[in-house]
Amino acid sequence: LSMAGRGRGRGRGQMTFSVEAVGIGKGDALPPPTLQPSPLFPALERRAAPLPGGEEGEYMLALKQELRRAMRGLPYFVKPGAPRRDIERYSDKYQLSSPVDSAIDWNPDWRRLPRELKIRVRRLRKSRTTPLVLKQHVALDKEETIKKLESLEKKEEEVTSEEEEEKEEEEEGKEEEEEEYDEEEHEEETDYVLSYFDNGESFGPDSDDNGDEAVY
Amino acid sequence: MTQAELRLCSLLLQEHFGEIVEKVGNSLLRTGPRPLRLLVGDTGLLPDQVKKALCVLIQHNLVRYEVQPRGSVDYEARSERILRILRYPRYIYTAKTLYGDPGELLVEELLLHGHLPMSCAVARVADRLTETMEDGKTMDYTEVSSTFVRLADTHFIQRCPMVPESPWSAKAPPLPAPALAIAEKDMYVVPRLSLVGKGKRRHSCDEEEEGEHKAKRQKQEGGISETPPDDGIYWQVNLERFHQHFRDQALVSAIASRMDQTSSEVVRTMLRMSEVTTASGASHTQPLSSNEIFRSLPAGYNIGKQVLDQYLALLADDPLEFVGKSGDSGGGTYTVKVMWGPGASWAPPSPFPHPSLIPLLLHRFGSRCARIFRLLLRKKHLEQKQVEDFAMIPAKEAKDMLYRMLSENLVSLQEIPKTPDHAPSRTFYLYTVNVMAAARMLLHRCYKSVANLMERRQHEMRENKRLLEKSQRVEAILASMQATGAEAAQLHEVEEMITGPERQQLETLKRNVNKIDASENQVDETIFVLESFIESTMKRP
Repeated sequence: LSMAGRGRGRGRGQMTFSVEAVGIGKGDALPPPTLQPSPLFPALERRAAPLPGGEEGEYMLALKQELRRAMRGLPYFVKPGAPRRDIERYSDKYQLSSPVDSAIDWNPDWRRLPRELKIRVRRLRKSRTTPLVLKQHVALDKEETIKKLESLEKKEEEVTSEEEEEKEEEEEGKEEEEEEYDEEEHEEETDYVLSYFDNGESFGPDSDDNGDEAVY
Repeated sequence: MTQAELRLCSLLLQEHFGEIVEKVGNSLLRTGPRPLRLLVGDTGLLPDQVKKALCVLIQHNLVRYEVQPRGSVDYEARSERILRILRYPRYIYTAKTLYGDPGELLVEELLLHGHLPMSCAVARVADRLTETMEDGKTMDYTEVSSTFVRLADTHFIQRCPMVPESPWSAKAPPLPAPALAIAEKDMYVVPRLSLVGKGKRRHSCDEEEEGEHKAKRQKQEGGISETPPDDGIYWQVNLERFHQHFRDQALVSAIASRMDQTSSEVVRTMLRMSEVTTASGASHTQPLSSNEIFRSLPAGYNIGKQVLDQYLALLADDPLEFVGKSGDSGGGTYTVKVMWGPGASWAPPSPFPHPSLIPLLLHRFGSRCARIFRLLLRKKHLEQKQVEDFAMIPAKEAKDMLYRMLSENLVSLQEIPKTPDHAPSRTFYLYTVNVMAAARMLLHRCYKSVANLMERRQHEMRENKRLLEKSQRVEAILASMQATGAEAAQLHEVEEMITGPERQQLETLKRNVNKIDASENQVDETIFVLESFIESTMKRP
């Protein structure tokens, strides 16, 4: 038990190696204990070597900055959607809003990507009419028929109020459970407030995100 | 993945793709491969946002996917590839030096978009080049096409793995994700397209005939209305090939500084001849006969055959073994050692243009530390006393330096006991350099440095945001005024909106940002050297 001494008493301050070998002679003043964290900007002992200049360096610098600037403008730079405004304004109907989160503004080759990543592409303006792609094993949904009729009636639409957007996003989520779906969706501008219209679609699983969890 | 690498990847993603992509990338980097729904839960983003981010990341080869046996798809971030974003300017500049403006722009477009079909890339580049030309002139597609072919032939660009051609059957359920694959032999095969056309200026309204590929002005990027003949064939930049080129460049310039210009030209010729025949992990090029080399020397070098042979013999005899003699047929066959191993990089006097990298970095510690370090590299193991003697540095100083380097893990202590009981007083303590550990530590430091630089740069921009916005507005006003033909006095008035001190501030800001950017480029060069060294050392049998 006495062998497990904690260094107090006899032989205080002894270490396993010979202190002389390390260079601390007897009686040498050891540096004072450090009482505070090291300074945020310690003194620079020697300055760094200057950057190599020259044509190559200049050109690469310009390239770097140009690249940064260019990439911000490309559709790959995903900007968060515009914050939802608290009051719905009349002018919203006529403003060309920035691309909504759920829209993808470039055309990836969907054949090369996992199917679950496919996002419906929204067109905000008059666009070429792509016929709705329907596969044999996808039954013509009643919802889609209504949509098709309405879109045929109104070709040029703009983004409408938030309520309709929300409703549509919800519908989008459900429709992605199907295997194939149409590529375009025209925003609707009707006098009927769509949120009052309940076509029974909201009954059942909400979106494909929770597909793996049990449905009670 | 170290914290430093993670942080750097994060910053790179955020700067080039925005915060949403950064969040998704971050989550994948920190927690490893996972399926979509876990990713959505993790990041707290909307599902569509996550999908969009994944599309972007996959498009740019920064994330790959794999179908799991149970049918779900796992996504995995490619951290080493994300770090390459730092090197994009160097790739583009290299393409410029090798293949001129069309080459530069082709590589740039491919990097900006991740991957593109040839028809699309050629059209874009032709348009861009046309913009810079004089009025009335346009860039023809053929010139850009031929540069594209040359890039493919020398393997600087390669084809992406393709979607397998499976017959569409209504009964078989489609796979959750395509299994992309490409055979080695197909990687550089350029499809037979006859791209006919000229570049178009953005605001030109002439509807001259555009040839087969109408690059219609569309709202979206990368859209070609009709199915191009090379549909499904995408090209990407072959980063490894560029890396090989950088290594070759370093080798050639090392030889030039160690010997002379002519010998470096000889080696450059040998490397050029072996460009596409050297496998990416090979340690030596294929043997080349001196006759072949003689025939391939560039036109300007009219040295005699015998002189060439003498140079080759000199190179082969050099202790650093850049060139090895492999046989005697055809006037002697020679190979170039392209592997970067400890022998080549660290033996003093170092051949490489970054004069012996580690001592340079030890500049931070002082030239005497650098001296000690070089000494240890050469002698492998030294006792404290021997270090003092050989380096001719007083004991106290030497000890101080050794301990500082020890605390930074640049050197380590090796114990050699004289007696079985390992008594400290009867044990040799030898200082030694563990080159791999030192290299890794320095690399880690480099990642940290770049991350710090980026953060500082962003901080500078944020601090001056208001002033920058003001300056941009003034620029815009000036531009529009000039377009509508305002007088000099009016323009001057608008310019005055930015006060003198503000102008100063902007100048300082610009100088600082430029300096930081240039530093980032510089550190990336060091990162490349260290990564190459570590990679090749680990590959050695």
